[in-house]
Amino acid sequence: MRYANLIDSVGHTPLVGLPRLSPSPDVRLWAKLEDRNPTGSIKDRAALAMIERAEAEGLLRPGCTILEPTSGNTGISLAMVAKLRGYRIVCVMPENTSEERRQLLRMWGAEIVSSPAAGGSNEAVRVAKRIAEEHPDWVMLYQYGNTANAEAHFRGTGPEILEDLPEVTHFVGGLGTTGTLMGVGRFFREAKPEVRIVAAEPRYGELVYGLRNLDEGFVPELYDPQYIDARFSVGPRDAVRRVRELLESEGIFAGISTGAILHAALAQAAKAVKAGESADIAFVIADGGWKYLSTGAYEGTVDEAEERLEGQLWA
Amino acid sequence: MAIEVRVPTILRTYTSGEKNVSAAGESVSALIEDLEVNHAGIKDRLVEGGQPRRFVNIYVNDEDIRFSGGLETPLSDGDVVVILPAVAGGSR
Repeated sequence: MRYANLIDSVGHTPLVGLPRLSPSPDVRLWAKLEDRNPTGSIKDRAALAMIERAEAEGLLRPGCTILEPTSGNTGISLAMVAKLRGYRIVCVMPENTSEERRQLLRMWGAEIVSSPAAGGSNEAVRVAKRIAEEHPDWVMLYQYGNTANAEAHFRGTGPEILEDLPEVTHFVGGLGTTGTLMGVGRFFREAKPEVRIVAAEPRYGELVYGLRNLDEGFVPELYDPQYIDARFSVGPRDAVRRVRELLESEGIFAGISTGAILHAALAQAAKAVKAGESADIAFVIADGGWKYLSTGAYEGTVDEAEERLEGQLWA
Repeated sequence: MAIEVRVPTILRTYTSGEKNVSAAGESVSALIEDLEVNHAGIKDRLVEGGQPRRFVNIYVNDEDIRFSGGLETPLSDGDVVVILPAVAGGSR
């Protein structure tokens, strides 16, 4: 496949069958390899769509500064596009994110503002909103509320899956900004409403939730439960176990959040087998494992890995 | 019938600091009534107008009850109920 430049190559990722993880010939799992995007994650889609929308609306002009709360992938994607399009970028990032993500952000030219570990991404959002008030000329694309994020999946990820797998029965994706699930969910509600949309949400340790006040929680503005049929909370132990299984049986080296997504996908597969139904379950490989090697998730026993992930934002 | 309930830090003032408590009930709403008997005040933090509070997520065996029957989601012996505050996603 030939493209005029790197940005044009975002999307159109392969969908690969997983014959060894699929429980039966009638219940099949399919992995959408989003790690094949230019910076190695599904976030290239949302980042490009948000920047292009802001350019079209006249918000972003060469020389502008982009501000974004991100614990990694979105920031990396935005930094790549920003570099090629001539914008400065400042990322607000929780301090308990992996070193690889920080180095990558710096390499692509992003400036990093650290937010306190306690409170995780919620805190990064809060800090970014405060900085935005101090710098009214900066452009916060705000992935949690920017409809261009979901739109990228409505126009890209969803149609690509249906084209490659017309018999698809389930879509399983990770729930963070909710952009992927909102976009793909809305696409299938229109194009093939019988497709079940399943969300896998990472469940962190106490440090991340510790101080959250139940009256001031965070639900991304993009989130609309009508596009989701089931929602699973997956802890680090299951995520690690599955991400190792994915490499062991299918040779795919994915990031830890993909382990959580696979866990939910396998639960759907088991349900279909039990009900005697056939199923074609497409799920997202959100990124590769490279950025998470230093977390210790890929070495030693599952117990050890689980312990090391305590307090880290692993997804 | 015993159901294990995992309580987030913010609600442990109602459970004398306990992280895991045991309760009984045929459904999530019955379970919350049972929790209220031993941990007065906790129900009000979980439920508002007959629905789970907006920023509270309740999971039965890792599945969010909002998509599996809400407070009427049935429970059986050995189920694990996790209560968590809603938070923003991870590597986004």
